[in-house]
Amino acid sequence: MTGYAEPAAGAKKLGLVIDLDTCVGCHACAVNCKEWNSGGHSAPMTDLDPYGANADGVWFNRVHTFEAGESPESRTVHFPKSCLHCEKPACVEVCPTGASYKRAEDGIVLVNADTCIGCKLCSWACPYGAREFDADEGVMKKCTLCIDRIYNENLAAEERVPACVSTCPASARHFGDLGDPQSEVSKLVEARGGYALMPEMGYAPVNRYLPPRAAKKTVGCTGAEAELAKPAETAGLHPLLRWMDKVLSR
Amino acid sequence: MHPAFSVIFFTVASGAGYGLLALLGIGNALGLVPADRVFGLCSLGLATALITAGLFSSTAHLGHPERAWRALSQWRTSWLSREGVAALAAYVPLAAFGIGWAIFGGVDGLVAIAGLLGAILAFATVYATAMIYRSLKPIHQWHNRFVVPGYLAMALASGAALLNAFVQIWGRPQLAVGVVCAVAIVVALFAKQRYWHFIDTTKSASTPESATGLGAIGKVRLFEAPHTEENYLLKEMGYKIARKHAAKLRAIALNAGFHIPLALTLIATALPGTLAIAASCVAAILLLAGLAVERWLFFAEAKHSVMLYYGAQTA
Repeated sequence: MTGYAEPAAGAKKLGLVIDLDTCVGCHACAVNCKEWNSGGHSAPMTDLDPYGANADGVWFNRVHTFEAGESPESRTVHFPKSCLHCEKPACVEVCPTGASYKRAEDGIVLVNADTCIGCKLCSWACPYGAREFDADEGVMKKCTLCIDRIYNENLAAEERVPACVSTCPASARHFGDLGDPQSEVSKLVEARGGYALMPEMGYAPVNRYLPPRAAKKTVGCTGAEAELAKPAETAGLHPLLRWMDKVLSR
Repeated sequence: MHPAFSVIFFTVASGAGYGLLALLGIGNALGLVPADRVFGLCSLGLATALITAGLFSSTAHLGHPERAWRALSQWRTSWLSREGVAALAAYVPLAAFGIGWAIFGGVDGLVAIAGLLGAILAFATVYATAMIYRSLKPIHQWHNRFVVPGYLAMALASGAALLNAFVQIWGRPQLAVGVVCAVAIVVALFAKQRYWHFIDTTKSASTPESATGLGAIGKVRLFEAPHTEENYLLKEMGYKIARKHAAKLRAIALNAGFHIPLALTLIATALPGTLAIAASCVAAILLLAGLAVERWLFFAEAKHSVMLYYGAQTA
């Protein structure tokens, strides 16, 4: 049934916390997501014309890169985006068949590929573009939060995290229970001012993004300014005059 | 948003079919339409054909049309499911109305009640269709109060134009039918112009800054897209081919869908026999063609908030 119980206070809300300060934009999370999920819960991740001029395919995780602000205060920010496993997922509400559902036990939003009719309405209802239609299979696909890894007892304990989290070389991705205020991810969100995307839509995403830290003005502990020193006023003068200026300045 | 031909045909054809069914149900109860069997057979037959062709067309854009029956289960939350339930439910009074009228030749009592029930369910189906769009928050051009009145008025106007053509062809012109048709066109025109004014003068509250949360640093612009080729999101939600022709297409939709059919409908009330038939038939055909252009624009002019992640500055 497409109705879902909104998570009660203290209920488990599994999700991701993505650190935009440390993400280096290497796309490893997107690639490892594709790799794992090609054999995972919603497999296959169909590619159409993969080596041709119009390559197209299903991905659950995509890395955008934005610029914010004006130079010299501007920042280049790498921005991975996948399903935010919203607390109020309209994608689930609009589903006419009940194929889209939100798990009561951990809040993960999934699609049942056996009952999906491929009407695409859920992808229209998602403001974030988290759902991609598999034209070959005729069903909608989306991030499963690697449900086949996180509870998988055949994997070593440290590998029971989503593929994107396990592969991130910068440790910019964190996985945990955002419903528990004492969890590591909740503390991280608290400490770093983590935020939700497009809160005005009212979907109450579970995933959080950590903002880039303020640009450094000094170099490490040396106290030296991070910016290059400005050229001296005497730079264009004859060497003899520069020497005299130096002597007289003592 | 990508304008899928199957959905455009569905909303225009079944909208006209439900409009015609509703007006036949009400018109029959009020004694405004001819009671003879052949009229019932032809007019209700056309309504049924339009509704059914539209519904079949709507399943054409599904990834799994053979599973369409599953869409009837989630009527508690899904407007798409409600549309399906209402559409199927409408066949019951439609069948009773049609059999009673065309086969048994009765147009009062239970048959008239079936006609009225058909009118109610026809209204409910078009309302549910409009609510599918109205309820989608990520699409500012759909998530507004002008969408539902527009869909209802346009279904009524197109149904009325067909009914007017029918009574003219039957040689039983009714001033009331012509007036209802003209009023429905005027209401639909007003609703559509209010809609266009709304989407021209407002935009979504969402911005690249709210989409990324990076507004505290400054204005946000896309530096590099995540992929080089078009993906499903860009093909489905990033459709913008029509926007540069929007002004011309709106003029075509306005004239073909509203202005000319209105004028022809009014003229037909004053014309004799054959000329009135020709005017009302041309009015109905033009109106349907104009609505197809209008419906195409309804999709093509709609912007989805996901495009804020792909360089759009507004949604």
